[in-house]
Amino acid sequence: MASVSRLSRELHPLAWWGWAVGLATAASTTTNPLVLLLIVATASVVVLARRTDQPWARVFRLYLLFGVVIVVVRVFFRLLVGGAYGTTVLVELPEIPLPDWVLGIRLLGPVTQEALLGGLYDGMRLATIIICVGAANALVNPKRLLACLPAALYEVCTALVVAVTVVPQLADSVRRVRAAQRLRPSPQGRGRRHQRLRRVLVPVLEDALDRSLALAAGMDVRGYGRSGGLGRRQRLLTGALMLGGLLGIATGVYGVLDTTAPRWLAAPMLVVGVALAVAGLLSAGRRVGRTRYRRDPWRWPEWVVVASGIATAGLLTRVARDQPLLALPSPLEVPTLSVLALLGALLPLVALVAPAPPLVRTATPAPPSTSTREKVDA
Amino acid sequence: MIELRGITLTYDDGPPVLSGVDLAVDEGELVLVAGRTGVGKSTLLGVLPGLVPRFTGGTLTGDVLVDGRSVIELPPRERAHLVGYVGQDPVAGFVTDTVADELAYGMEQLGLPPATMRRRVEETLDLLGIADLRDRDLRTLSGGQQQRVAIGAVLAVHPRLLVLDEPTSALDPTAAEEVLATLTRLVHDVGLSVLLAEHRLERVVPFADRICLLTGDGGVHVGDPADVLRTSPVAPPIVELGRALGWEPLPLTVREARRRARPTLSALRPPVDVPEPPAEPDHGLSASRVTVVHGRHVAVREVDLDLPAGSVTALMGRNGAGKSSLIWALQGSRRRYAGTVAVTGPRGDRVDPARLSADERVRAVGLVPQSAADLLYLETVDDECAAADAGSVREPGTCRALLARMVPDVDGTLHPRDLSEGQRLALVLAIVLVAEPPVVLLDEPTRGLDYPAKEALAVTLADLAARGRAVLVASHDVEFVARVAGRVVVMAEGEVLSAGPVRRVLAESPSFAPQVSKIVGGGWLRVDEVVAAAAAPDRPATGEAS
Repeated sequence: MASVSRLSRELHPLAWWGWAVGLATAASTTTNPLVLLLIVATASVVVLARRTDQPWARVFRLYLLFGVVIVVVRVFFRLLVGGAYGTTVLVELPEIPLPDWVLGIRLLGPVTQEALLGGLYDGMRLATIIICVGAANALVNPKRLLACLPAALYEVCTALVVAVTVVPQLADSVRRVRAAQRLRPSPQGRGRRHQRLRRVLVPVLEDALDRSLALAAGMDVRGYGRSGGLGRRQRLLTGALMLGGLLGIATGVYGVLDTTAPRWLAAPMLVVGVALAVAGLLSAGRRVGRTRYRRDPWRWPEWVVVASGIATAGLLTRVARDQPLLALPSPLEVPTLSVLALLGALLPLVALVAPAPPLVRTATPAPPSTSTREKVDA
Repeated sequence: MIELRGITLTYDDGPPVLSGVDLAVDEGELVLVAGRTGVGKSTLLGVLPGLVPRFTGGTLTGDVLVDGRSVIELPPRERAHLVGYVGQDPVAGFVTDTVADELAYGMEQLGLPPATMRRRVEETLDLLGIADLRDRDLRTLSGGQQQRVAIGAVLAVHPRLLVLDEPTSALDPTAAEEVLATLTRLVHDVGLSVLLAEHRLERVVPFADRICLLTGDGGVHVGDPADVLRTSPVAPPIVELGRALGWEPLPLTVREARRRARPTLSALRPPVDVPEPPAEPDHGLSASRVTVVHGRHVAVREVDLDLPAGSVTALMGRNGAGKSSLIWALQGSRRRYAGTVAVTGPRGDRVDPARLSADERVRAVGLVPQSAADLLYLETVDDECAAADAGSVREPGTCRALLARMVPDVDGTLHPRDLSEGQRLALVLAIVLVAEPPVVLLDEPTRGLDYPAKEALAVTLADLAARGRAVLVASHDVEFVARVAGRVVVMAEGEVLSAGPVRRVLAESPSFAPQVSKIVGGGWLRVDEVVAAAAAPDRPATGEAS
């Protein structure tokens, strides 16, 4: 029987994030370049197959580019101030002498294979982690992710969403005003520079202020922030729960990190704190008398996707424990792979069971501009 | 029933903006709020959702009743399920990014069950005819589509009253008609009450059940459209024609007016224009095969255009037809993909404005952009004028004199933002004209202008042309174009659809025909020329090409 769950739809945002965090965790356990490259490859395949054609889906390329930059910078600094590390000299570079007080730092000097490959592997690990996060960003509409957060955080989320849309608007505004200011004779003589800045800044700020007020009025008129009619006792209870949760978490984290602290302060305190905080959020959420349009469903493909991410993390953690030479290869030897590592790195491909994203219906090609805001190229 | 009782609004110690306003809007009624600019139309509309005085300041007394229950103490958010409000710029009020989410937003705030939301989103999409836009990004929609989404977003909540502030001011005639037809359908089918303000009365009067005319002293005159318009200081051409010819009762729709016109005006001889002087190629602006490209979208495709010195040309077309792109390309600061433009440069030779520096270009081509206020950055009108004089090395006071010729008695110590729309436009135009450019381009200058302000602008443009300037004005306002232009260029999809003398082009197109032309036919465009011809039917009428 065909599965309805696999029909074209957008996967639950948290499922993709769970999957991506699993991959990132797996990548953090190893510096084996083969494993890292495999993880990047599987993540890329899944992104290419399951991303939508919305603008945020195009950011993945930027993350890949960013990864390359990270690797290059890491290697460059390793060679520049790497210090005497390793004995297999590849290229003999002159060392730049430094005064005594910067003891321990060496500028340039011989380039060793250990330093070069060590930097490369290290950089690759960081780049892979960031590319995994990028994959989640490309697969999930950031606004849909915000919509999954607890109802108590609704106001904060809306503020975030608005903030996200303000930046492109501000850029539009600056472009428009710059073009408009060039239509009037520019002031001559002293203070020209100062004037020029002011000529752009004043209209742009006025515009931004006008727009924020219009948006605030628009949101208010449409019911943003309606009170749910909550009693005083309920508010006090919510406040107490949240405060208790915060205290518990803080103490618990301290207990976990400080090994000399009594053990009962560590894990138990952390658990109690988290429980209190969750209860507080739920209680606060009850105050919010609003609902969500088209809440994303959570079905078996979501479970499979998240499970594949977690399994990858688990398998590669096991590799790091059982086969340390494979997980953290020496720069002097050719890195190898084992069946377990290969399996772990390729497992995220299971996420391809996720349903294909729906096509965005664009019946008519979008006219690029409207009468109210013609884009003006400067 | 929604009722305003004794609404009085004052700012500080000034005279009341509204004083003792009584207005009741019945179920299924469309009430039009009219009046000159600055008499408080937007203020009156803002009282209903509670935006006034919460977002504007001022002291409000009186009462707002919904079905007999007072809501004046409630903040706007607690009235969201009763009153739906769409402001002047619908884009500024959008909270989400896709059409369906925007429609659902208001319902989410009210906490409606998801199943209801789903149903209502679909119903609203169908009701407004935007079902195929469901997943589109709001910013990629055209102006008319955005306006309909904004209306749909408040309608989905099922409010009792819909309040609209100038819903068609930014729209081309076709899009405006779509929006108004939608509103009429809602009023008739759903029994929605609508209160709307509009400057271009010719668009809305046929749909209005009653008119609420703000008289300017804070009072209102509410009544049947035909009664109110008989004496109203703002009136559409159809009413002016009826008033001038003494028609009784006053016709309000083109159909009624045509019936009245047939016996008296069909004998008029068609108007004859004085032939335009042949264009001198060495003056004004001449452009050929101008092409502008944004990414893969061709905004303007091989447009030929001549703006002879001493003439006013109107540029018309739907929203997104490429009018603004063409204007910026003619001015030279937006990059052309191909084509040539020639104007008389500051040194008297023919040059391409794109090759000039920004300061030289200002002296070759003047442009008043769509959001004219972007040019202003100083605190007072006098400062702005002084900066403009200093910038183009003119006698101090030149700009001020230009401004005074367009709008006399503007207080020089006022902040430009405190001016009326018409005064602010005149200020920007004066700043642009200080540099004495031989070519002047205006992009949609009539937005937010009332009839007297439009008349003042028309006089200014005719004056510019008489002084040997070449003027191009892009506008959706058919009546304004009929009043001011000698030639019309109509664009569609980046190409020139038709170009020629205003009489021929406007009469050819059903959507761009002014009301007088629809009523009288035969190439008549303006009330004054018909009235003059009717008074002296023997003489052949000569419409002067301004």
